[in-house]
Amino acid sequence: MIRAALLALTLLAAPAAGQELIRDFGAPTATETLRLRSTTDIAVLGPVIERFLETRPGLHVAYEQWGSNALYRLQAADCTAARVGADLVISSAVHQMVDLVNEGCARPHRSAATATLPDALVWRDELWGVTREPAVMVYNRDLVPPAQVPRSRFDLLDLLRPTESPFRTRVATYDIERSGLGFLFAFADSLEATTFGGLMESFGRSGAVATCCSAEIIDGVAEGRYLVAYNVLGSYALVRARRDPRLGVVAPQDYTLVLARAAMIPREAGQPRAAAQFLDFLLSAEGRAALERAGLLVRLDGEDGTALEISGTAETLQRPIALTPALLIALDTHKRALFRARWRDAFPETGGTAP
Amino acid sequence: MAESRTWSLKARVALAVGAVLILGGVVVLSVALSYGGRAAREAYDRLLLGAANDIAAAITIRDGAALVDMPASAFQMLALAPEDRIRYRVTGPDGATLTGSEDAPPPPERRAGGGPVFYDGDLGAEPGRYVAVTRRFAERSFSGPVRVMVGQTLRARQALARDIAGGALAVLAAAGLAIGLFAWLATRSALRPLQRLGAALARRDPTDLTPITLPMPTEIAPVLGALNGFMGRLDRQVAATRNLIGDAAHQLRTPVAAIRAQAQDAQEEQDPARRARLLARIHERSIGLSQLLDRMLDRAMIIHRTDTAPRAAVDLRDVALEIYEALEDMPGGTMMRLELPPAPVVVRGDALSLVEAGKNLAANALAHGRAPIRIGVARDNRAVRLYVRDAGPGPGAAILEGMGARFASHAPGGAGLGLAIAREVAQSHGGTLRLGLCEDGFEAALSLPKAGA
Repeated sequence: MIRAALLALTLLAAPAAGQELIRDFGAPTATETLRLRSTTDIAVLGPVIERFLETRPGLHVAYEQWGSNALYRLQAADCTAARVGADLVISSAVHQMVDLVNEGCARPHRSAATATLPDALVWRDELWGVTREPAVMVYNRDLVPPAQVPRSRFDLLDLLRPTESPFRTRVATYDIERSGLGFLFAFADSLEATTFGGLMESFGRSGAVATCCSAEIIDGVAEGRYLVAYNVLGSYALVRARRDPRLGVVAPQDYTLVLARAAMIPREAGQPRAAAQFLDFLLSAEGRAALERAGLLVRLDGEDGTALEISGTAETLQRPIALTPALLIALDTHKRALFRARWRDAFPETGGTAP
Repeated sequence: MAESRTWSLKARVALAVGAVLILGGVVVLSVALSYGGRAAREAYDRLLLGAANDIAAAITIRDGAALVDMPASAFQMLALAPEDRIRYRVTGPDGATLTGSEDAPPPPERRAGGGPVFYDGDLGAEPGRYVAVTRRFAERSFSGPVRVMVGQTLRARQALARDIAGGALAVLAAAGLAIGLFAWLATRSALRPLQRLGAALARRDPTDLTPITLPMPTEIAPVLGALNGFMGRLDRQVAATRNLIGDAAHQLRTPVAAIRAQAQDAQEEQDPARRARLLARIHERSIGLSQLLDRMLDRAMIIHRTDTAPRAAVDLRDVALEIYEALEDMPGGTMMRLELPPAPVVVRGDALSLVEAGKNLAANALAHGRAPIRIGVARDNRAVRLYVRDAGPGPGAAILEGMGARFASHAPGGAGLGLAIAREVAQSHGGTLRLGLCEDGFEAALSLPKAGA
């Protein structure tokens, strides 16, 4: 419960200026120190690390929690300067991770554990997708009648179409200028389907709200300010929904984007062997179970008793965000500018800070 | 018998095939590697060019500035080389980067043509391949070239080149195996006639010298022919030796017995006059015996020569002259005449054998014929003749019938043996011995084929 609360506070928070939190795991007397830099909240990943350290008593983990943009800049600088920094980097901004690998900043690792990953979640044996977190729609159970619960993007479009729709001005999503993850999801949507254009237009016409961040959006839905939130990170929403009966979570049945946080071992890692061991642990059955308990590995087959509402079969609806160089387009300056302009057409300036 | 073995034929074929395969393998490998490298480069260069063209097509001019609406398809195209890092850069007319990575190297300046330029460049620490595509704008608000550079590392190219070369090598290895197998089978089947021949020889009775008749491929038939020829010669020589022994036994027994009897008589004879007569007869008989021995040994020698002496061009006129000179001193020899044409009469043969045969014929004529004896050379339609003529009627038809056989002992003084020698020589030269009446007497002639005929 405490963990969930912490998660609610810090997960996917706005990009911070730099390092946010530090915590050490394991015996301070340990000879080896694994320096882990991640965007993931310490409280969420902590139990997983502790579980790992049970198998590696001689190891000590120094955990640094970073905002995704700051982490990206730091790693790029480390790479250019060939500076010894982190031993393992895990970030939800997978396009930035792809860019780091594309710039040759990573070192390869191959093992039985990495071989179990699907092709879409490995790149060059230097970048691995370690979690499974769907982008979901969250709705307020009290205010949205079951018949109106949107099961897909088409349902959402239909709900927003009538001029007298009660959903007008009460649909929320991430502000892509303030949430890196929101940008990534929206961008993936734009590549995935033509629905996205219609959705943007509908959001614009119906006065949908773009805001930051996950906590605020979920709170808004729970409190009834918003009826539906679109493209919310499922790992976060599900943890909240477990304890809040007002919240319903739907995996869109036309397709569900699945984010896999990406891990890489920097080229100049001081402890690449320990980093590889931690990575292999995360990919092992035990590590996956630990990630599942932490809410970072959401099973879309609906058999784990979570609150996720699914229609359709898991295979057809899952669209993992593949770790390929195609993600580099999300970092292209012109593309970003164009995409932002298009976004602004639907969500006029609301006084948020432009990055 | 010592067998000196050299390399087996199979080993030779294996060596030759192996050498061909190794040489071929080296050639094919180098060709396959270079072809694979070229094919991979071309294939992935097209991919690069496609991506660069995609990006170039997505450039628009908005508010006096070039704007690139980076197409996802370009990146998906590049991602077809899934393990390769990529780098791109779009520069404006002033060379400033509009979007993309500043680290992408510009193309070498020497080729400023309008077409796409492929060039090698690094992506960080890894080598890479780039293409540069230039799109020229001539709008009111914006004019000049916008250059798109796209590059990627070489992993996929190297993998494809390896695949192609590996495939070629696999095919070569399979072909090598097949060639080796077929070479082995072919050698085995080619050598089978030789093994059959060896088995046939091994099975033979040691005294069997008849020709071997086995179906043989044309390449081995000469070996069998030579073997059969060799056995034929051996057979003839064995027969000649046998004949010599037989003749000696047959022809020498009677005269030797007679000499013995007469010698005994002479030993017992008291009357000096009769003893002297007896001794004179013994001496006469000894001379006959010695002549007989000479002829028999001559014959054996001639028969031996016919198989062994090398054949050369012989002018029959020289042969006739030699015969004449050899017999000049014999009784009645001075009565002989030579009849020679003005031009050379050439046959291929052994001069010594021919002289010997002619001497036998002439000696017969001197001994039994009627003067004048004529030795001559004549030319017929397709053959030439070395003849000996006398003015007599010749032997009777019955005697003529049996003449030339070895045991023509009824011809006194061993005339039959002389004819036999002449016949052997004629046959060994591809000709015949002709005996018959001519317009003015009896003629014995060696009829031989003309040289070159």
